[in-house]
Amino acid sequence: MTRQQVLDFYFVEARSKLIDIAAFLDRAQRAEGADDFRLKAFQTAFRELGSRRPDRARRVLTSLSDRTSAPILAAGEKGACGAWQRATKPGTRRPKSTKKEKA
Amino acid sequence: MRFIEPHAHMVSRTTDDYVALASAGCEAVCEPAFWAGFDRGSVEGFHDYFCQLTEHERKRAAKFGLPHFTWLCLNPKEAEDLRLAAEVLEIIPQFLDRPNVLGIGEIGLNKNSRNELKVLEMHVDLAARHEQLILVHTPHLEDKLKGTKLIIDALKSDRRIRPERVIIDHVEEHTIELALDAGFWAGMTLYPESKCTAARAVDMIECYGAERLWMNSACDWGVSVPLAVPRAALEMRRRGHGKAAVDQLLHGNPVKFLSQSPHFKLAAD
Repeated sequence: MTRQQVLDFYFVEARSKLIDIAAFLDRAQRAEGADDFRLKAFQTAFRELGSRRPDRARRVLTSLSDRTSAPILAAGEKGACGAWQRATKPGTRRPKSTKKEKA
Repeated sequence: MRFIEPHAHMVSRTTDDYVALASAGCEAVCEPAFWAGFDRGSVEGFHDYFCQLTEHERKRAAKFGLPHFTWLCLNPKEAEDLRLAAEVLEIIPQFLDRPNVLGIGEIGLNKNSRNELKVLEMHVDLAARHEQLILVHTPHLEDKLKGTKLIIDALKSDRRIRPERVIIDHVEEHTIELALDAGFWAGMTLYPESKCTAARAVDMIECYGAERLWMNSACDWGVSVPLAVPRAALEMRRRGHGKAAVDQLLHGNPVKFLSQSPHFKLAAD
């Protein structure tokens, strides 16, 4: 496809997703309470969009990933929450995933 | 259009889904063993599930003209209990000769724990001893990158395993190269929210080629779309991929991989 075709096919859809992200950030900002690691991870990953490199999707996914290499001691809950928390401080809990991840 | 649905959890789906798949050109459905949404409590529960996959679901699919194949295992989400896992693996060989069994799967990791890794290695050993194909589930979201690396290390460390007889499923942009570069097949799962959209899947086809790739819907009891594969074909066509390229990806590739099992046979025309 030419770049013009890519824009013709996907621009409106991507624009819609961009506005959804903006609205999500507004919604989170309006809500009361503290941030957690997910919002910070989201904002860190967001910086990859400004890159000129041609592998932004891979870099966003990597940014949100656990980049350690050793297996964890035991699986607690089964779900994933979408962002990795480097270390859990004593007395704090990782938020439960909001959905049952499957397949 | 004709296609194979190489990863669908049909025991969770309705007969309407079978009608939709058959009407859209599906020629076979392949069902990996899966987590029920809750942990099964005993080896007897798994025995019944394996009977469902190898007997009942096959008959249900046949009513719609669809050959039904299956893969057997204990899902990584249930791998923390090593004793139960050992008991379940003990009964799997009695099902391997059943005519719709393709191999061991979907094995892999979920949270990348030590016990999950042990159970993965037990499954790999089982597959090697019985010369079975392997279908691998890679973890979700933030756990996928690390889990994919651990899985590939485990597979490569067993010299009996031939990469061309293993498919690493649920790859995304940050894991597809890991699977393909190590010689494995790779599966892209088309989900509305997580995993991969049709547009991203076609991006990966264009970036990495389609030689050892397939697409699947992984439809199950959650939010998922049984017709995701033929819909992705529409995405390919509107980008200018020819009919032959679509047929190769949706039909030729799964047939090539799955035909390594002597049980995989499609109905003659």
